[in-house]
Amino acid sequence: MISAIALTVAVLLVTILLALPLGRYMDRVYSGETFWATRMLGPVERMIYRISAIHPNREMDWKRYAIALLIFNLLGGVFLYGLLLVQGALPLNPEHFPGVPGGSAFNTAVSFITNTNWQDYAGESTMSYLSQMLGLTVQNFLSAATGITILLPIIRGIARQKTSDLGNFWVDMTRTVLYVLLPLSFIFALILMEQGVIQTLSSYLHAHLIAPFASGGKQITHQVLAVGPVASQEAIMMLGNNGGGFFNANDAHPFENPTALTNFLEMVAMILIPTALVFLFGHMAKARRTAWAMVVAMLVLFIPLALASEHFDLAGNPLFTSVHVAQANTSALVGGGNLEGVEDRVGVAGSALFASIATATSTGAANSAYDSLMPLSGGVNLFLMQMGEAVFGGVGSGLATMLAFAIFAVFLGGLMVGRTPEFLGKKIEPFEIKMASLSILVMPLLVLIGTAMAVSTAAGRAGVFNPGAHGFSEMLYAITSPANNNGSAFGGLSSDTRFYNLITGLCILFGRYWTYLPLLALAGALARKKKVPLGAGTLATHTPIFISLLVGVVLLVGALNFFPALALGPIAEQLAPLATTLTTH
Amino acid sequence: MDSAHTIAEIDWKQQAKGAFWDSLRMLTPQRQWHNPVMFVVYIGSWLVLALFFRDLASGSAEAMFTGVIDLWLWLTLIFANFAEALAERQGQAQANSLRQTRQEVKAKKLHKPLRGVPYHEVPGASLHSGDFVLVEAGDIVPTDGEAILGVAAVDESAITGESAPVIREGGGDRSAVTGGTRVLSDWLIIRVSSEAGNTFLDQMIAMVEGAARRKTPNEIALSILLVVLTLVFLVVTITLYPFSWYSVHYASHSGTVISITVLVALLVCLIPTTIGALLPAIGIAGIMRLLRANVVATSGRAIEAAGDVDVLLLDKTGTITYGNREAVAFYPVQGATEEQLAIAARRASLADDTPEGKSVVALAEEKFTQLKEKLPDAAELVAFSAETRMSGVDWSGKQLRKGAPDSMKEWVQSLGGTWPEELDAIIRKIAAMGATPLAVCEDGRALGAVELKDIVKRDIKARFAELRAMGIRTVMVTGDNPLTAAAIAAEAGVDDYLAEAKPETKLARIRKYQGEGYMLAMTGDGTNDAPALAQADVGLCMASGTQAAREAANMVDLDSNPTKLLEIVQIGKQLLMTRGALTTFSVANDVAKYFAIIPAAFVSTYPQLGLLNIMDLSSPQHAILAAVIFNALIIPLLIPLALKGIKFRADSAQHILRRNVWIYGLGGLIAPFIGIKLIDMLLVLL
Repeated sequence: MISAIALTVAVLLVTILLALPLGRYMDRVYSGETFWATRMLGPVERMIYRISAIHPNREMDWKRYAIALLIFNLLGGVFLYGLLLVQGALPLNPEHFPGVPGGSAFNTAVSFITNTNWQDYAGESTMSYLSQMLGLTVQNFLSAATGITILLPIIRGIARQKTSDLGNFWVDMTRTVLYVLLPLSFIFALILMEQGVIQTLSSYLHAHLIAPFASGGKQITHQVLAVGPVASQEAIMMLGNNGGGFFNANDAHPFENPTALTNFLEMVAMILIPTALVFLFGHMAKARRTAWAMVVAMLVLFIPLALASEHFDLAGNPLFTSVHVAQANTSALVGGGNLEGVEDRVGVAGSALFASIATATSTGAANSAYDSLMPLSGGVNLFLMQMGEAVFGGVGSGLATMLAFAIFAVFLGGLMVGRTPEFLGKKIEPFEIKMASLSILVMPLLVLIGTAMAVSTAAGRAGVFNPGAHGFSEMLYAITSPANNNGSAFGGLSSDTRFYNLITGLCILFGRYWTYLPLLALAGALARKKKVPLGAGTLATHTPIFISLLVGVVLLVGALNFFPALALGPIAEQLAPLATTLTTH
Repeated sequence: MDSAHTIAEIDWKQQAKGAFWDSLRMLTPQRQWHNPVMFVVYIGSWLVLALFFRDLASGSAEAMFTGVIDLWLWLTLIFANFAEALAERQGQAQANSLRQTRQEVKAKKLHKPLRGVPYHEVPGASLHSGDFVLVEAGDIVPTDGEAILGVAAVDESAITGESAPVIREGGGDRSAVTGGTRVLSDWLIIRVSSEAGNTFLDQMIAMVEGAARRKTPNEIALSILLVVLTLVFLVVTITLYPFSWYSVHYASHSGTVISITVLVALLVCLIPTTIGALLPAIGIAGIMRLLRANVVATSGRAIEAAGDVDVLLLDKTGTITYGNREAVAFYPVQGATEEQLAIAARRASLADDTPEGKSVVALAEEKFTQLKEKLPDAAELVAFSAETRMSGVDWSGKQLRKGAPDSMKEWVQSLGGTWPEELDAIIRKIAAMGATPLAVCEDGRALGAVELKDIVKRDIKARFAELRAMGIRTVMVTGDNPLTAAAIAAEAGVDDYLAEAKPETKLARIRKYQGEGYMLAMTGDGTNDAPALAQADVGLCMASGTQAAREAANMVDLDSNPTKLLEIVQIGKQLLMTRGALTTFSVANDVAKYFAIIPAAFVSTYPQLGLLNIMDLSSPQHAILAAVIFNALIIPLLIPLALKGIKFRADSAQHILRRNVWIYGLGGLIAPFIGIKLIDMLLVLL
């Protein structure tokens, strides 16, 4: 456990150390400052504007911004949908995969434009290289950039006053991709390739087995090795919190995640941009101490949950323990614990930590089988998502949700100090509460109603492979993940059915747009207000007491709603063996 | 002055009894619909009642449990109604006592505003705005208006509680008269300014009775939050039924599906009933507190705005300093001794009845106790006039004068005397200290100066320090020159001052602060204060003020006590704090209720969930019942807090937040664990 804690601390520490300069860098990019980066890439940026007839100085109000965002996403979705349908007739398809079936293509398109990357397919047996690169990888960039463009106007709404201008969507989108995502992905992809992640356009490899064997009456003589342009997709899928793997095995696959170093760096990559965005918020809104308070609040929520997940998975199955079956080896990280579904290269603690990070951020990548985690470790995954992806969360969208929670915290705190609540000088009035509520309200409704539909219809129950409380967890997970735009799969559920394609697709769409459009409206309202000067009478948003209030609000307003459902799923399952042993002894 | 109330002691027993019957009468759908949180409880109560009869008819063993749960659900509603009814009753008691002063009065209506024209008597209620009315000694002023002719002593004790009569006269700053007050002497001709039913008194009655009480923006925001929480918990409990059904039939294959009764119980426990029930009472209690401070607000909004104020614009005179200046020192010149100066100053002031004059006499007698001579009969008095700006006496052939230095200088020079440089220096020195110099001369010879000082109120500096800790800046407004103003500002500890203030400069200063985003409050009474009162976020008008000022302000202080502004800020803050604290408490309570109900509801499906019963409650039914009972009982337990408001201490936001998060956040987490456990132990005993 000591090494598990050390690993957790190391990942978070490295992330924060990298996020600090990245946040400052992004601030300089978005403020349009002239510095080395804009001097280098400025001509490209200006050329893009010229070609697409964008007036970079023309700012938009929240409605125009939102419409531009929606149209952009819609076009991206339609393009991806079409590309998947007809990939069979297009080049760069060495394995000659046919077009993706309609239901799955719709689900995938919706999933990738919303940064969810819920995958109801296996990449290496479904997608052509063209689909992977031009379709999925492009959307990995654009959906991540969309997340940031959701956040930027909200920050501007807080930072600016008496204006309806919230920035220009096209400029924000261009700058995000050009200055932030592309360079970072490029560097990260090179590091990954150096470590052994593959990057090729050649067709799948056929290897003759040294020791052929018989299986199912057939003589197996050779093995197909799926390959492809993996590193380029892997880099953005981690950095952009997409999580949709090239291969079905995702980051458990040695071609995606070959070494301990890549495993470490991929974890850092997942939380890097969400953390940097908090610091960016600090710079842009001139609220650095509040930004730090938010980082601390996220850590306060994240660290105990991640450690609990690692602890339960390392402790292994208590039933085995009670009959004196040793599950623990000496090497703390790799050996021991609940090894089912775990890559030896990564180990139990490394898998649990990876799982926590992938669900705390909206990445949803996996380097182990989440279905095989100990029930409470899987429960931590669920819980991290059910907090509304506010703890680090998706790139952009995560901090946006956290800001909505902060508005609630400020509202309660402001009342408690006897003033009309204000957040960084902006008065929080009925409209703001209404929009923040709408945004926070959508996700629990989607998850609870969606799961209720899954458990009460034959179509929903049909997908479940496992009996007992675990089966319930599987359905709960299958709805929670898309509704939070996480995209991680618990497994143990056949999700490529009409029922799940439809319900997860709807959850993804509502979870994305119904959650963030109200926040854009909120940004519009905040920007119009004038700033109230801060004084001794105003609620400070950087103090330990505010951090505890914020953490309390996230838990009470956000996550407490899921306590009954979690009790019937992971909690009942985890406690079950204990009860059994108690009764047998 | 500030504790003179018209409010009779509240007869709690009587009130509680009445409120109890009210709370039963309020159990109608129309009435409950106004409060969405409680409406959900209302629907749930009917639902469980129906289930109770079903169980009874089918002879189910559950009937008893269902019945008891339902009983407590109805009690929850009754307690909530009781809180509101009690607050309303208190308001009504206040309104009734006010209404007694508004008996049907006859009004002497005039055709034109002239003394001597015949009047005819009409009922006071028939008067319209613009009518002219004559009131004479013994009459009750029929409605609000403005005196345009005459001077009269008016007893306003019915409104203000202040027994000393006040003077009202046509024109000028003391012209406003209030319906329901009594003329003691002389007469007035009044122009009616508000229709019957819309007077000041009526507004006040309407406010306390809640008829005109619209929800403030802040209340609306909080209500939205409560509705959203209710909606989420509604979905949480409704979806729990299929979850439980699945777990019983497909997952564990044991136990029973959660019953509707338990689901309703869980729902009622989770939704914020505590704050939902107490919210109306908190609002009414806030207005009541304001009324008890003898302040009438035109809207609930104004009270909340008072809590938001960050700048107070305070008139120097009366608020920061006592109204009068006092002599504090003698400065002899040209070889005169201090005693000579004191004697001359005393003599010149003996006939001076103003507080300043008296203070000169007092100072002289204090310094030189032997001075006892009386004003000789032959002495000729020279009264103060605005033109000469001096006063004095001709005493045994000597002309003794005191007055403003510049006019004294002219007078001395006109008599051929010389004005010493030395005296000019002293005068400058006195002015620089924030005091007023008074020159004293005997015939053509200047004897010296007397220093008249504004006396800053004793406790005011500490109060300003408190305000500063709360983040509220104080700005002193005075007609004094900047030098004097600065000195007094420093002594009183205000943050800023506005010297040589005129109505326009005042207005400009208000706009400047508002432009910087500050909310500000001010007091005023004159017609020329009206624009500034209207511009300020909180404008407090003195009851003695003119009609124009009253209409521009959003609060009126019946005691005409400018220091009241500080109290109003506190009341506004306390109102918001009470709301926030009880909301936090209510939401934090949910954790314990989950731990009581969830294991109880699912232990038959998954026996291992019994481990979540960390309170070790005796049985599932007891656990659910205990949670419901706690949820109901906490409402009446918190009624006193809702009506009184949570404890207020002048402190920084930081400290207040810390205290309230500890008490109501952490307390709200822990209290129900203890409460539910205790109730469970009692249930075992029964």
